[in-house]
Amino acid sequence: MKTLRIAAVHAILVLASAATLYPVLWVVKMALSPSQGFAMSPSPLPTKVTLQNFIDVVSTHDASGWLFGRQLFNSIVVAAAVTVVGVALACSAAYALSRFRFGGRTLTLRAFFLSQMFPGVVTSIPLYVLLDHLALLNRLAGLVLVYATTAIPFCVFMLKGYFDSLPRELEEAVLLDGGTRFDAFWRVALPLSRPALAVTALFCFLTAWNEFILAFTFMTDPRSWTLPVALQRYVGDYSTEWGHFAAGAILVSLPVMALFFALERHLVGGLTQGGVKG
Amino acid sequence: MIAPLVLATQLVVWHSYRADEQRAFEACVQEWNRAHHDVHVEALALPHDGYASKLEAAIPRGNGPDLFVGSHDALGDWARAGVVTPIEGLVPAGSLTQFLDGTVAPLRVGGHLYGLPLAFKTIVLFYRTDLIATPPANTDELMKLARATRAASPGHYALAYEAGDFFYHAAWLHGFGGHILDAHDRPALSSEPSVAALAFVRTMADEELLPSESTSVVATQLFNDGRAAMTIKGPWFLGDIAQGVPFGVAPLPVVSSTGQRAAPLVTVEALLLAARAHDPKAALAFGAWLAGPESARIRATRGRQTVAARAAWDDPEIAADPILAAFRTQLSSTVATANVPAMNQVWEPANEALRKVLRGAAEPRAALGAAERKILEALRPPPPPVRAMPYAFALALAGVGAAIWTLRRGRARLAAVGGPGHGAPWAYLAPAATAMLVLVFVPFVVGAGMSLFWHDAGHWTFIGLRNFTDILSSRDAPITDPLSFYFTLAVTALWTVANVTLHVVIGVTLALLLRDPMLRLRGVYRVLLIVPWAVPNYITALIWKGMFHRQFGAVNGILVALHLTPVAWFSRFWTSFTANVVTNVWLGFPFMMVVTLGALSRIPKELEEAAALDGASRWQRLRYVILPLLRPALLPSVLLGAIWTFNMFNIVFFVSGGEPDGATDILVSQAYRWAFTRGHRYGYAAAYAVIIFIILGVQTMLTQRRTEEAT
Repeated sequence: MKTLRIAAVHAILVLASAATLYPVLWVVKMALSPSQGFAMSPSPLPTKVTLQNFIDVVSTHDASGWLFGRQLFNSIVVAAAVTVVGVALACSAAYALSRFRFGGRTLTLRAFFLSQMFPGVVTSIPLYVLLDHLALLNRLAGLVLVYATTAIPFCVFMLKGYFDSLPRELEEAVLLDGGTRFDAFWRVALPLSRPALAVTALFCFLTAWNEFILAFTFMTDPRSWTLPVALQRYVGDYSTEWGHFAAGAILVSLPVMALFFALERHLVGGLTQGGVKG
Repeated sequence: MIAPLVLATQLVVWHSYRADEQRAFEACVQEWNRAHHDVHVEALALPHDGYASKLEAAIPRGNGPDLFVGSHDALGDWARAGVVTPIEGLVPAGSLTQFLDGTVAPLRVGGHLYGLPLAFKTIVLFYRTDLIATPPANTDELMKLARATRAASPGHYALAYEAGDFFYHAAWLHGFGGHILDAHDRPALSSEPSVAALAFVRTMADEELLPSESTSVVATQLFNDGRAAMTIKGPWFLGDIAQGVPFGVAPLPVVSSTGQRAAPLVTVEALLLAARAHDPKAALAFGAWLAGPESARIRATRGRQTVAARAAWDDPEIAADPILAAFRTQLSSTVATANVPAMNQVWEPANEALRKVLRGAAEPRAALGAAERKILEALRPPPPPVRAMPYAFALALAGVGAAIWTLRRGRARLAAVGGPGHGAPWAYLAPAATAMLVLVFVPFVVGAGMSLFWHDAGHWTFIGLRNFTDILSSRDAPITDPLSFYFTLAVTALWTVANVTLHVVIGVTLALLLRDPMLRLRGVYRVLLIVPWAVPNYITALIWKGMFHRQFGAVNGILVALHLTPVAWFSRFWTSFTANVVTNVWLGFPFMMVVTLGALSRIPKELEEAAALDGASRWQRLRYVILPLLRPALLPSVLLGAIWTFNMFNIVFFVSGGEPDGATDILVSQAYRWAFTRGHRYGYAAAYAVIIFIILGVQTMLTQRRTEEAT
């Protein structure tokens, strides 16, 4: 009876994993096949294998040098900066919302939540004008600020929930020993919240790493693009270089997958307490 | 050696060419820079997606290029919005005769010339020389050949092309003697010749002479496999033809009943002068050279471009190219796409009518009549301007009221909490709050404010609540029509409920299975099942769109392997909707699974053990102990997930694209279409966005209130 049950559990999980991996294998197939067509067949296994698509994508050059390298560098800089800025802003805000009771607290929480509901379709034009006025167009710094604010609300909910679940006694002990509120935050609350901080960081990184539309709208010079914008260059008006696109997609996704696998354990612990209640 | 200090004029030119065309274009620019030290040109290659909206955002604010390569069909909008500027006086009048007939006229708007033609893009007949010796000269021969092919070998076609795309269909429409717009730029789709053209294509579809799903990918694949002898394509197809396929190119056949050659739409690719160009004179000097014969020769030979400069065609290498020659022959039987605002409104209704008829869901005459009514409705004159004062007054009043209310409540609460250091929280909160205020709420308020305006080519008119009343009274379409607000709202609600339910069910089930610490390979499963979360969602969307393909998609491949009938996923509402949901579920269940795993890890083991000791079965423990404890932990994630799903633009837009006939569109994708594909009705799109915001806000408030009451 018990072995039967375990066999059934494995059967379900294998099936689910297969359904999950199948489309991914299919992208791999497109990336490895020599044609630029949209090769379609039920089998996700490549028939002819070449690394040419990857070589083409990675070796993209322009007059000033190695363009792919430059764009990879931009992507890393932007994603890393968004991670730092996003986590810093979100954790201090979440701490305030968790530990203090003050006028405007509920309003702030509500406002953060409401910001998730307004579709981006119509805000991109006002945002463009705004960045133009702030002299942040065509600058990675502008992109970093925009992405960080996109990621903040979710991060705040998650971190606030996590802070709520931490016992307050430790922090109170610090205060009683003559420590400041900042000591309590910096020395006690933050170190205890490592899993939640990891998830927050991952989420910030993901937001910045995958975004295409705003990056293209705000950045003109190819040397200041991030990788998703460069990837979009393979999609044309009438036809698409599918082999190159797939190879690029894999290259873009790989670092994210690596991060996910590295942080998988924290993910489970960190995501749990995310609460949006006031 | 000391270089002479020359302050060269710097010019920037934008384009979206790829591959050979890009290389040829850049070679031309290099050639120019080598010979002209006083004017240095820099070429920037941009992605095609978003190219137009980027131009429209950048140029009016002085962040744009001096020149850009653009299609003439958007020129009308650009001229009215002040994106481009006329070039008369900057080029000698006589120099325009150097271009092929029909390539200059489309670059005029309101009597002004805005650019110089580089190339023309139109479609011709490609045929496999191993399957047919000479292509059919007229439609009678075409039909005969198509019937013979079908009779001889099922699954093979004489012709495969994008029959469901009005751009391609326009060739037949003109061949039968019809027009898209009449002399006064009014839609003329329901004329007799236009009905006859649609009936002709309908006959081909009815007799199964065309593949059932006639998309670009299918046509390419069938042609390359030798299962289609002919296809109709543009010059871009040259790169898609498989190695070793012997092919020829010919002009489209003559329509037998009229004796006229099928005349496809032609697009003129031109070098346009951007408004606010730094040095128009230098820009045009470069422009004249780039459009001229020397550069045209490079573009034609290296980029296989069908160039507009007449002299280039005398070059022996170009003259000897039978493929380029076929395009030039076809050029004399083409119609330039109109660059008037009315044309923007034609595509969607015309495509809808075409596809309905091909599916057998409507008669040609009725479908074209309905399309024409839709176009006329979209072209209605803007509502009259309204005085803004009463609105401003009401807004100010509401603002003051809200401020007083907040302050009074705030003071009451402060008094209740009191204590020292109540300034402290704002020190922690200020950075995030400021950033959100500036970069999220300001654009949000401005965006919401746009909903009170009517937008036309860069000009805004205050019209009060008119956009809202038009949307809520379903002004654009009858209530049961897929384009009506209420239909889309119902689809959006269904979409959200279906997705969130499946996310939760699958996520919780998998998490429960993965909970057992004794389970082998637990870590491996967990890692594999999380993969979809790591893939950018526009890539996910494109993959799944391919997987659901009628003819070559993996999903149908599996159905066939299981001896089931393959499904044309995007031609009916429920299957198309299912395809969207499957994609979004694949993408979204890992989040729910991970959240559940976390929540499960916090349920004390003792509770379950106690229940087990009391004799509760496995199912009873799940039902009465675990699930009730999970519910509050999952609620916030479910709420947030519902909001994200409600606005999940990428999946709907890229997987089904609204097919069939916009029925699977959700509110955000409708808003997007109003903003970007239906003539830039930003005000209308903003009104949609505000309505979405209100619906979500009210819904969330109600849910929160209900759960607060329940707990």
